[in-house]
Amino acid sequence: MSMVFAPRMAEAAPSSHAGASWSPYDNNGGTCVAIAGADYCVIAADTRMSTGFSILTRDYSKIHQITEKCVLASSGFQADVRSLQKNLDARHQIYQHQHNKQMSCPAMAQLLSNTLYYKRFFPYYAFNVLGGLDNEGKGCVYTYDAVGSYERSGYSSQGSGQTLIMPVLDNQLKSASPLVLPPRESSTPLTENEAVDLIKDTFASAAERDIYTGDGVEIVIINKDGIRRETMPLKRD
Amino acid sequence: MFRNQYDTDVTTWSPAGRLHQVEYAMEAVKQGSAAIGLRSKTHVVLATVNKASSELSSYQKKLFKIDNHIGIAMAGLTADGRVLSRYMRSECVTHNFVYESPLPVGRLVVQVADKAQVCTQRSWKRPYGVGLLVAGLDETGPHLYQNCPSGNYFEFHAFAIGSRSQAAKTYLERKFESFMDCSKVELVRHALHAVKESLQEEELSSANCGVAIVGIGEPFVILDSKSLQAYIDSLEEGKNDQAAKLEVEEEGNAAVIERQDISGGAGVGVGAEGEGPTDMET
Repeated sequence: MSMVFAPRMAEAAPSSHAGASWSPYDNNGGTCVAIAGADYCVIAADTRMSTGFSILTRDYSKIHQITEKCVLASSGFQADVRSLQKNLDARHQIYQHQHNKQMSCPAMAQLLSNTLYYKRFFPYYAFNVLGGLDNEGKGCVYTYDAVGSYERSGYSSQGSGQTLIMPVLDNQLKSASPLVLPPRESSTPLTENEAVDLIKDTFASAAERDIYTGDGVEIVIINKDGIRRETMPLKRD
Repeated sequence: MFRNQYDTDVTTWSPAGRLHQVEYAMEAVKQGSAAIGLRSKTHVVLATVNKASSELSSYQKKLFKIDNHIGIAMAGLTADGRVLSRYMRSECVTHNFVYESPLPVGRLVVQVADKAQVCTQRSWKRPYGVGLLVAGLDETGPHLYQNCPSGNYFEFHAFAIGSRSQAAKTYLERKFESFMDCSKVELVRHALHAVKESLQEEELSSANCGVAIVGIGEPFVILDSKSLQAYIDSLEEGKNDQAAKLEVEEEGNAAVIERQDISGGAGVGVGAEGEGPTDMET
């Protein structure tokens, strides 16, 4: 899926060239990754929030748990991300009242897509990765563009470090690449701990070259026993 | 109540200064099967008498979860009650979205009361035919309110509405002073005793009553029949070790799936729309 909207980033200093005007969007940077396993899902995001060439904070969570088994990680414009998270939470509460149960991960995936497309002409500047366990307990990862085009795959990355991380995952995960047709959603044969170690390595590498990724990485692991979190510091330069 | 000349319209006053249509609506509440509420310093318990219209049908749902911290019991036209509970849920979700905090119970109750009042002052509407007992927890502690079709609302330490509620009220009036310091288990037992008074001849069982609890640190939950039966059994035996066993069992037998607290917000609601027999009243 390609990004159909390319908003301008807000300038840090007053601009001198003609034609510059106010933009409703800003890019707070950061990278999100998710990996699906046979019975687990790992979702990770760095904790740096930046604007332009400045760091706003080193300790901001881009990961949001929406249901018991479903977690959303989003990079991009964090104000839009927060608004999107609140929107989904409210919709989930209503769903629970009406259906007497939590939303499944595939159902939430569709809801997220519809929510994003609803604002097709003033999009949420959010690059999302949804991860969790599907109805059968298998790991699932859904990856989105800003306006809701989505696909289930075995792994994905989004954000400023996306292009640095994705090839490494393609190489290391030993699962079918999402680029191969016909599309096969397959989870990685790696174990949970191997996947977490791979995530740590990829973030450490991305933090070396991508200036918007660093400070720390927050890793969320979902399996049948529940949800646990890990954090790891990254380079702060 | 005999028919009056001035009772055709809700917008017509009688010479005695009464709105008969509103009073008839309150009569509908009295015809529904009983709902009872009581509170302590830490918990609020709601209990209902479940009446099935025939042996073949299921009973009407009278306990509804509104949000993690609020639930209601209704008596009267449960169809009207479902509509109100949908409104209440929507208000809680909206408030949570805007303020990122739970809607205080008292505010929700006022909003419902104002909604009910509108129906007493429009010629093309009729009053809601349902009375609600609203149990909830907010920063100021646990609360129990009653909402009437008239648009009035009252706060209570303990109350009962619906048919044969006077028997329950008599029990509550005798015992209510001890409620404040009751433990959760004792409070539920008092509620079940009150339900027993309303049931009179019938045997109390998990089939003909329902209980829901909300408390400090405990989201609103409607007890499943297993937990409920355990409480009922403990009533008869009245043993302390039963009570201790109940406390432990309850952690395991939550009737409702609860969300993890990471992002906050409401847990699973109970009370599917569109369930129950065709009878309007319970």
